[in-house]
Amino acid sequence: MRSSTVIRHVREGGKNVARNGWMSFASMSSIAISLFILGVFMLLALNVNKLANQLESQVQIRVYMQVGADQAKIQEVERSIKRIPEVKVVKFVSKEEGLNQLRKSMGEEGKAALDGYTNENNPLPDAFEIEVFEPQKISFVAKKVNAINELDSSKPIMSVKYGQGTVEKLFTITNAVRNIGLFIVAGLAIMAMFLISTTIKMTIIARRREISIMKMVGATNGFIRWPFFIEGALIGIGGSAITVAILLYSYSKLITTAKYDIGLFTIELATMKDVGWILTGSILVIGVLLGIWGSTVSVRKYLKV
Amino acid sequence: MIEMHDVWKTYADGTVALQAVNVVIDRNEFVYVVGPSGAGKSTFMKLIYREEVPTKGQLSVNGFNIGKLKQRKIPYVRRNIGVIFQDYRLLPKLSAFENIAFAMEVIESPRRLIKRRTMEVLDLVGLKHKAASLPAQLSGGEQQRVAIARAIVNNPAVIVADEPTGNLDPETSSGIMKLLEEINFRGTTIVMATHNKEIVNSLRKRVLAIENGLIVRDQQRGEYGYEV
Ligand SMILES: Nc1ncnc2c1ncn2[C@@H]1O[C@H](COP(=O)(O)OP(=O)(O)OP(=O)(O)O)[C@@H](O)[C@H]1O
Ligand SMILES: [Mg+2]
Repeated sequence: MRSSTVIRHVREGGKNVARNGWMSFASMSSIAISLFILGVFMLLALNVNKLANQLESQVQIRVYMQVGADQAKIQEVERSIKRIPEVKVVKFVSKEEGLNQLRKSMGEEGKAALDGYTNENNPLPDAFEIEVFEPQKISFVAKKVNAINELDSSKPIMSVKYGQGTVEKLFTITNAVRNIGLFIVAGLAIMAMFLISTTIKMTIIARRREISIMKMVGATNGFIRWPFFIEGALIGIGGSAITVAILLYSYSKLITTAKYDIGLFTIELATMKDVGWILTGSILVIGVLLGIWGSTVSVRKYLKV
Repeated sequence: MIEMHDVWKTYADGTVALQAVNVVIDRNEFVYVVGPSGAGKSTFMKLIYREEVPTKGQLSVNGFNIGKLKQRKIPYVRRNIGVIFQDYRLLPKLSAFENIAFAMEVIESPRRLIKRRTMEVLDLVGLKHKAASLPAQLSGGEQQRVAIARAIVNNPAVIVADEPTGNLDPETSSGIMKLLEEINFRGTTIVMATHNKEIVNSLRKRVLAIENGLIVRDQQRGEYGYEV
């Protein structure tokens, strides 16, 4: 293809967008509306995902040693735990720290109940807090820790706790939320495609005459298709740019408002940094693809190629 | 230039529009195609510019076997055939200049050549001063002149004109005919379907009369032959 032809196609594609004023606007709006809904759900999904990650990452295993286990045994158990590949962090919590943590967590009323206890008559055992790389593997790791205990004849571990049952329930919920989010997003993308192909079909029908004249004077199908292809891409870029601008602006407003108003809950919204690029990137890409796809399908249908 | 041997055209609904047509049109001929409404004139023209394909028979235009032409090759054959219609078929949003230049852009002519050649044909059809006008700002005759300019801009070997004066008054029509005659004089073959008795009888050329899909008359310097 001549470079002047490439320029011509781009120029024609751009001119077509302008020439078909309200039609282009309608296509752009339909892309923008679909992408906007898609974007809202993406933001929702990103936030749910972040929330799920937060909840999941708070999941940890607590390993309580037998009361009176000696220092050497404690270190041996720590080494064994560290050898489990799924384990990310092992933190030793001495019984003294444990007592302090308990005091803090119980607050004013708790102070009285714990009044009599000092480091000398501390009833708490020494413990480990284990964080794992993949929260979903927590029960598997807990089983391995139990196995360490089984293999040691002195049975140095008193108990292994990770909120059995509750944690599993949390995972089913977060997984379900993720899947439903994905399902809705996929459904909306299909809806957007349908809307766009209908709009572009209308554009093409409005330009039947132009296409038939192009064919009459000897245009190849490729030549006829290019400007539509570029027009579709431009409409896609326009539609998604509008969407991204509106979404990012509203979301930044929402974040700042949410910080003060709903600040009571300890739900942290995904930050602009969390969502900015992924939202912009995916909406632009989806928008352009939708635009190109819509015009290609419709032109191909009409040209009967 | 155009050769038809035992050409038949039956449409999908079973209408037989042309039967056993045998015609040879030589380079530089000017041929009228006449006949009653529904006789098959437009079908005859459509076969030439490959809008329709013959159901049966041999058809070649400018050396191309039209019946067996690959889909991919059609545009290249059309570039050698200029087509003119009763309803002009101009793009309403393009100026006269742009409508003509369009036909050159489509075949990827260099831009400088497009400008020069477009002005040249605009001059030939006498509309240089209306280059910037939109079709809606032109009279019917002027629009048809633009359509003719577009048809000849790529120097086709053949011009196929289906009732080019169908919508025009006698005076404007005779202007259009002068133009077609001039184009023919410069070496382009012209095939023109018409209902215009005055034109056929005054500007005498070869006449092909079609009735019910059959060629019933093929006459040099013929007359229209039907009462209006
Ligand atoms: N696409 C089509 N499908 C089916 N039948 C058709 C089609 N086009 C034309 N015909 C039929 O073929 C016959 C010839 O039509 P054609 O258009 O060639 O006539 P014509 O001589 O050009 O008539 P007119 O002088 O009215 O323009 C008519 O009976 C018409 O109804
Ligand atoms: Mg006709």
